[in-house]
Amino acid sequence: MVQPSPSTSPRQNENNHLRVENLRFLDNGPYTFVLGKGECVGLSGKSGVGKTQLLRAITDLIPHTGQVSLSGVFSTNFSAPLWRSQVTMIPAEPLWWYSSVGDHFSTDLYSGSFKDNLAVVGFSEDVLQWQVSRLSTGEKQRLALVRGLANNPSVLLLDEPCSALDGYHTKLVESFVFDYLRQNSASVLWVSHDREQLQRLNGIELYMEKDTLTEIAGELH
Amino acid sequence: MDVIALSVWDLGIAALFVCILSLLSLLLSLGLEWKILLFSCRMTIQLLFIGVVLRFLFADSSLAMVVLMAVVMLLAAGREVLARQNIRLKGVVGYVIGTGAMFISSFSISFLALLAIIGVEPWYTPQYAIPLLGMLLGNTMTGVSLALDRMTDQFHKERSIVEQRLLLGQTWQEASSDIRRDSMRTGMVPIINSMAAAGLVSLPGMMTGQILGGTPPIEAVKYQILIMFLIAAGTGFGVISAIWMAGYHLFDKRHRLCLENLIGGNSRGR
Repeated sequence: MVQPSPSTSPRQNENNHLRVENLRFLDNGPYTFVLGKGECVGLSGKSGVGKTQLLRAITDLIPHTGQVSLSGVFSTNFSAPLWRSQVTMIPAEPLWWYSSVGDHFSTDLYSGSFKDNLAVVGFSEDVLQWQVSRLSTGEKQRLALVRGLANNPSVLLLDEPCSALDGYHTKLVESFVFDYLRQNSASVLWVSHDREQLQRLNGIELYMEKDTLTEIAGELH
Repeated sequence: MDVIALSVWDLGIAALFVCILSLLSLLLSLGLEWKILLFSCRMTIQLLFIGVVLRFLFADSSLAMVVLMAVVMLLAAGREVLARQNIRLKGVVGYVIGTGAMFISSFSISFLALLAIIGVEPWYTPQYAIPLLGMLLGNTMTGVSLALDRMTDQFHKERSIVEQRLLLGQTWQEASSDIRRDSMRTGMVPIINSMAAAGLVSLPGMMTGQILGGTPPIEAVKYQILIMFLIAAGTGFGVISAIWMAGYHLFDKRHRLCLENLIGGNSRGR
């Protein structure tokens, strides 16, 4: 495992938690941006522009050029599985491959904070005994968040994590993610088509086009 | 006991059954009528040809000739493995993986069996070497092609699941473990089934042939048991190595699923 080297300037380290430089994939790019520690950045753009592919490129699931680094350490210095568990993408339609929900979680996770996480997004512990076929799309989304956080990632790449949720559960998920950011000084890149949600996220919003990312100041700032 | 020689007419009567089957296929619109006829003819020509080749080979049993024959058989089997996959690995790699897996298993097992078990002098005596290798290759070929076909098909269908597992930080080995296990099973099931049915339901072809040829049943049975063991081991080793090589080839160093290495599967039928 590659240990991030301690930076001489903590301030700079905070600013440069996840750094994306000249990232190109498929016909897209180059994109350059930075996610600070504890920061939540919204990502919007026309559908089909490649937002999902951008997340997939950052998590190194598709070939790309350019560099991505976490606290100054390039993704290529991590093994790919370790990188993905540190910079974790949660897709809009998360998939489940075993028949029971619990089989997707390793048993040594059945600890205090894990149960708390389930509770925060609105599940009791016996959800682990449920059949996956019984889950609604929204339930799959909420559970996928808990599953993704089980690796304790430093960066979350959320692809429309609330697209199948009602207002009540959307709020649950938002506060769940914010608590996680605060407690772990993690950061998040949040894809959403919902302008109100992007404003609630009260961070920076990036608007994605084929070859550029433009920063839009939130109206609340 | 002498073998009753078959006349052309005898074979013609048997061929008539196949013609009737072809007619049925036409009536039921199975779309197989030409295939049945074509492959029947092809089979006849192939076997007649090999009969001539074997007669020639038995008369002049040099190592070089036996090796040449073995290589031709291997290459033909490799081509057949590729042809039986709906979706297959692109380029030379697909051919090399199937052929390589069969080479590793069939050749090494045939060689060891000839040398250590049967102990015929010299070990490459064609009467033993060619039929033994042929049976091993034939069965390994079935196993390997079934396993590879299953594997590429599964990767094609379950691409998103594999990618989801990779997204959660699983290695390619973990993310593909279920598919690879399933494919290996698929490849090995036929030989396990034929071991289960051997003697009870089916009298294996080789044994039947030997008995028809006048060999005492117990001797024929002993050979059949030997062959069954060799085939089971050979198929198993071939399937396992083919799946390992193909799995390795379907992911890159950054544990990404590279389905662009596959070709085919766009048409609805074969």
